[in-house]
Amino acid sequence: MNEPVLLSVEDASVELPTPRGNLRAVDHVDLAVGAGRTLGVVGESGCGKTMLSRAILQLLPKKAKLSGRVMFDGQDLARLDPERLRKLRGRSLAVVFQDPMTSLNPVLTIGTQLIETLQEHLELDSLAAKKRSAELLAAVGIPAPEQRLTQYPHQLSGGMRQRVAIAIALSCEPKLLIADEPTTALDVTIQAQILDLLAREQRRRHMAMILITHDLGVVAGRTDEVAVMYAGRVVERAPTPELFKRMRMPYTEALLAAIPKIDAAPHTPLPAISGRPPDPTRPLQGCSFSPRCRYAAGRCFQEKPPLAAAESPGHQYACFHPIGIMAGAGT
Amino acid sequence: MLGFVARRLVYLVPVLVAVSLLTFLIASLLPGDLAYVILGDQATSDKVAALRHDMGLDQPIWWRYLSWLGHVLQGDFGRSFRTGQTVLQAVAERLPVSIELMLLAELAALAIGIPLAIACAVRSGSAFDRFMTGSAFGMLSVPAFLSAILLIYLFAVELRWLPATGYVPFAEDPIGNLRCFVLPALTLALGEWPVLMRVLRSDMIATLQEDYIAMARAKGLKPSRILLVHALKPSSLTLVTVTGINIGRLIGGTVIVESIFALPGIGRLLLGAIFTRDLVILQGTVLFVALGYVLINFVVDLLYAVLDPRIRHGHA
Amino acid sequence: MATLELRIDEDVATSPVARTRRLGLLFWMAVGWMIFVFVAAALANVLPLPSPTDMDMLERRGPASMAHWLGTDGLGRDELARLIYGARISLTVGLCGPVIGLTIGGALGMLAGYFRGRFESVVVGSMDVLLAFPPLILALAVTAYLGQSVLNLTCILGVLGIPAFMRVARAATLTLARREFVIAAQALGATHARILLRELLPNVLLPLLAFFLLGVAVTIVVEGALSFLGLGVPPPISSWGSMIGEGRESLEVAPQLAFIPAIALFLTVLSFNLVGDTLQALTNPRQSAL
Repeated sequence: MNEPVLLSVEDASVELPTPRGNLRAVDHVDLAVGAGRTLGVVGESGCGKTMLSRAILQLLPKKAKLSGRVMFDGQDLARLDPERLRKLRGRSLAVVFQDPMTSLNPVLTIGTQLIETLQEHLELDSLAAKKRSAELLAAVGIPAPEQRLTQYPHQLSGGMRQRVAIAIALSCEPKLLIADEPTTALDVTIQAQILDLLAREQRRRHMAMILITHDLGVVAGRTDEVAVMYAGRVVERAPTPELFKRMRMPYTEALLAAIPKIDAAPHTPLPAISGRPPDPTRPLQGCSFSPRCRYAAGRCFQEKPPLAAAESPGHQYACFHPIGIMAGAGT
Repeated sequence: MLGFVARRLVYLVPVLVAVSLLTFLIASLLPGDLAYVILGDQATSDKVAALRHDMGLDQPIWWRYLSWLGHVLQGDFGRSFRTGQTVLQAVAERLPVSIELMLLAELAALAIGIPLAIACAVRSGSAFDRFMTGSAFGMLSVPAFLSAILLIYLFAVELRWLPATGYVPFAEDPIGNLRCFVLPALTLALGEWPVLMRVLRSDMIATLQEDYIAMARAKGLKPSRILLVHALKPSSLTLVTVTGINIGRLIGGTVIVESIFALPGIGRLLLGAIFTRDLVILQGTVLFVALGYVLINFVVDLLYAVLDPRIRHGHA
Repeated sequence: MATLELRIDEDVATSPVARTRRLGLLFWMAVGWMIFVFVAAALANVLPLPSPTDMDMLERRGPASMAHWLGTDGLGRDELARLIYGARISLTVGLCGPVIGLTIGGALGMLAGYFRGRFESVVVGSMDVLLAFPPLILALAVTAYLGQSVLNLTCILGVLGIPAFMRVARAATLTLARREFVIAAQALGATHARILLRELLPNVLLPLLAFFLLGVAVTIVVEGALSFLGLGVPPPISSWGSMIGEGRESLEVAPQLAFIPAIALFLTVLSFNLVGDTLQALTNPRQSAL
C-alpha cells in the first residue's frame, strides 16, 4: 500500500464477561485501511465483525473489555478521553448501521437528525444547516429533499432510509466510513444502488471505507482488500482480486461456494456450510473451523494455525491445509 | 388527525351518559326522603307532600333522571337549599384552587421523578439505582394523609417554615399563595413521583438499548442531547399517559389534602356538602368531578397521538 | 443480522439476576409482620391488654410507662390497646373488601374471558363505566347517602375493586383458554363448568391471589384516608386511620399519637405490597414493580 494508513487496528481483542467465563468476541485482530481505500470484512453471524466495528468506534457494551490499539490518524482511540473521542465521532469517523428503521430515531424528523450532526461538529446556524441537509439528501439520490426534511423515518421506504443514514454519515466529510452490513436489510434490487452510492461517494471524497458483510459477493469488485473473519479472528486476508483467484482458507472457499450464481442451472443445490458457528464461550483447542472443514486432519484439531504470509504480497491465511489455486471468480 | 379525534369523540358520549346515570342512581340510594332532609324539623306530612310534588319526587325514576339530565344539559346543576348558591357558582369559585393544587402537585412529582428516572436509567443496576427503586417502592406504601402529617410535623410544627393550613388568593399575594401550596402539593407529589419515576426509568432503559441511541453516540452528539432529545422523547409515552391518568387520580387525592390543609377547593366543597348534608351540592359536584375525570382521560388519549407520530399516521 | 449478533453477545454477557433471590429477607420479614398483625388483632380479646375504651383523665397524652406500654391518647385511653383493636377494624375492612372484588370480579372476569362474545362486551363495558368514576369520590358519595358503617364501607370498597379483579381474571383466562389442555378437555366432552372449575380456576387463582394482596394494601389505605377524615368507620369505632386523624390534633404536644398508628399502617401496607408484588413477579414477571 502506498497510501498512508489512516486506521490501524493492532492486536485488538474484545472480551465479555459471562457466567460461563470470558467470551472472546474479537481475538487478536490486526487490520489496516488507508485513505481512499476500501477494506471488506466478511464473515458469518457471530464471527465478531460487528463487535470489531463497535470496538473501532469505542461503542462497546459497558461490560466489554478492549485490549490492543486502535490507531486512527495517529491517535489511539482506545485511550483517548471521552470528550475528544466524541468530537471525532460523526466528524472524522462515521458509521452506517445495518437496519435504517432502527438506526434512525423514529420520533425525530429526518431534518433534525441531519441538522444536529451538522450543528454539533460544523457549528452551522440553523438556516445554513437546513440548506446543507437538503443538498446532502439530493447528493444521495433522494427526490424532493426539502420535503423530506420534515418527514419521519417511517414515511420513507427502506432504501431511502438507508440513503438518509448515508447522508448523515457523510455530512461532516468523514475520513473513515464504516458500513456495517449496509444492504442486508434491504431488497436485493436496492442493494446494488446503495453499494454503488457508497462507492461513488467514497471516490469523490477520497474517504477510507470498511465494508462489513456476510456476503462475499458484495465485496467482489467493490473493495481493495478483504479480511475474512471466523470465530473472532481474521483467518484470511488478501487484496480482493488475489483472494478470489487464489484463496487459501477452506472457509473462504465455502463462503464463495455458498453465493448463489445467476448463471447456475435451475434447481442447482446451494452448498451451505454444514454445522454451526462455534460457541464463543467454549473456544476450541485447535482451529475454530475444524469441525466444519472438509480438509481437516489431525493437527487441525490440536493447534490453532497462525496467520502466515502466502506467496503473494499482502496475502495472509491461517490454515495448515490450505487449498490450491481455485479456478473461477466471484460474481 | 381529525378522523382520529372524531373517532374518539364518538366513544366519549356513551361514557358521559353512563357516568351521569350512575351519579343519579347513587343519589337515589338515599334511604328516606330528600324532602324530609330538606325540611328537617319543620317536616309535616303536608309540607313533605307539597315539597315532593314541587321537586318532582313523586314521579317515576326514569322521568326524574331525564328531567335532571335535561337541566344539566342546560347548565343547571341544581341550587343548594342550604346556601342558595347554584352548584356551578360554588364549583366555579372552588375550581381554580383545586386546579392550582393538582398542577403544582403534578409538576412537583415530575420535577422529582424525571431527573431520578434519567439518573437511574443511566446508572442502571448500580447501588444508586437499586436504592432509588427501593425508595420509590416504599414511598408507594405511604398514603397521602400520612405524608401530610409528616410534612406538617416537620415543616410547620418543628421548623416553622411553612403554614400548616390556610389559603391566600393568588391575586392578593402571589408569594403567600404559593407558600400555602408548598406542603399540599408536596404531599401529593410524594405519592405520585414513584410511579412516574418507575415508568420513565423502565422505558428509558429499554430505549437506551436501541440502535438509534448507538447511532446518536456514533454521530458524536453531546451526551446531554442524546439523553434529553433522543432518549427522552420516545420513552415519554407511558410517562405522559401515566401523568394524565394521575391527574385524574389526583382529583381523589385533593379531597384529602384540601381538607387537611384547609384549601377551599372542590374537594373541600364535596366534604362540606357531606357534612352539612347539602345533597344538591353533593350530587352536582360529584357529577362535575366525574365528568372532568372522563374528559381528562380523553385528552390524555389525544396527547398520546401527538407524542408518537406513528399513531397519528395510523402506523403502529 | 449484525445487530442481532451483538444482542446475543450482550445477553450472554449480562447474566440475569436470579429470580429466587427475591424471596429474601425482606419478603419473609413482610410475611412475618403480616402474620403478627393478624394474630394480634385476632387475639385482641385474649391478650392481657387494658381496655381500649377506658379513659383515664389524669393520664392524658401520657408517655410510655409500665401501665401503658405506648402511652395514652388524648382521652387517656391506652394507646397499645387502641392500636391492636384498631388493627382489627383496619384489617377487617382491608381483607373483606377485596374478597368481594376477588369473588365477583374474578368470576365475571373468568366468564368473560371464557365465553367471549356479547357477554364479554357487556361485562367489560360496565366495568369501564365504573372505572370512569374517580374511586374516592364514589366511596364518599355512597357512604354519604347510605350512611357510615363498617359494613357499608367494606361493601363499597369491595365493589370498587371489582373491575380490577375482573381485568386480572379475564387477562389470565384469555391466555389460558387457548392452550392445549383446555381444547383437550373440550374435545373430551367436558362441560363448561368443569373446564372453568377444574382447568382454568387453579391457574387463574395464582395471579388473582397476588393481586388480592395488593388490593388489601390499597383498601387499608383508602379506609384509612376516609376514617382519617371522619367519613370512614363511624365513631366510636376506631381504625388506624381515625387514630391518626385524632392524633393530628395533638401534633404539637404529643406527635407520637399520630405517628404510632401511622407507622403501624405504613408497615402493614408495605408488607402487603411487598408480598403481593413478589408473588406477582413469580406469576407474571412483566407486571412486577421492582
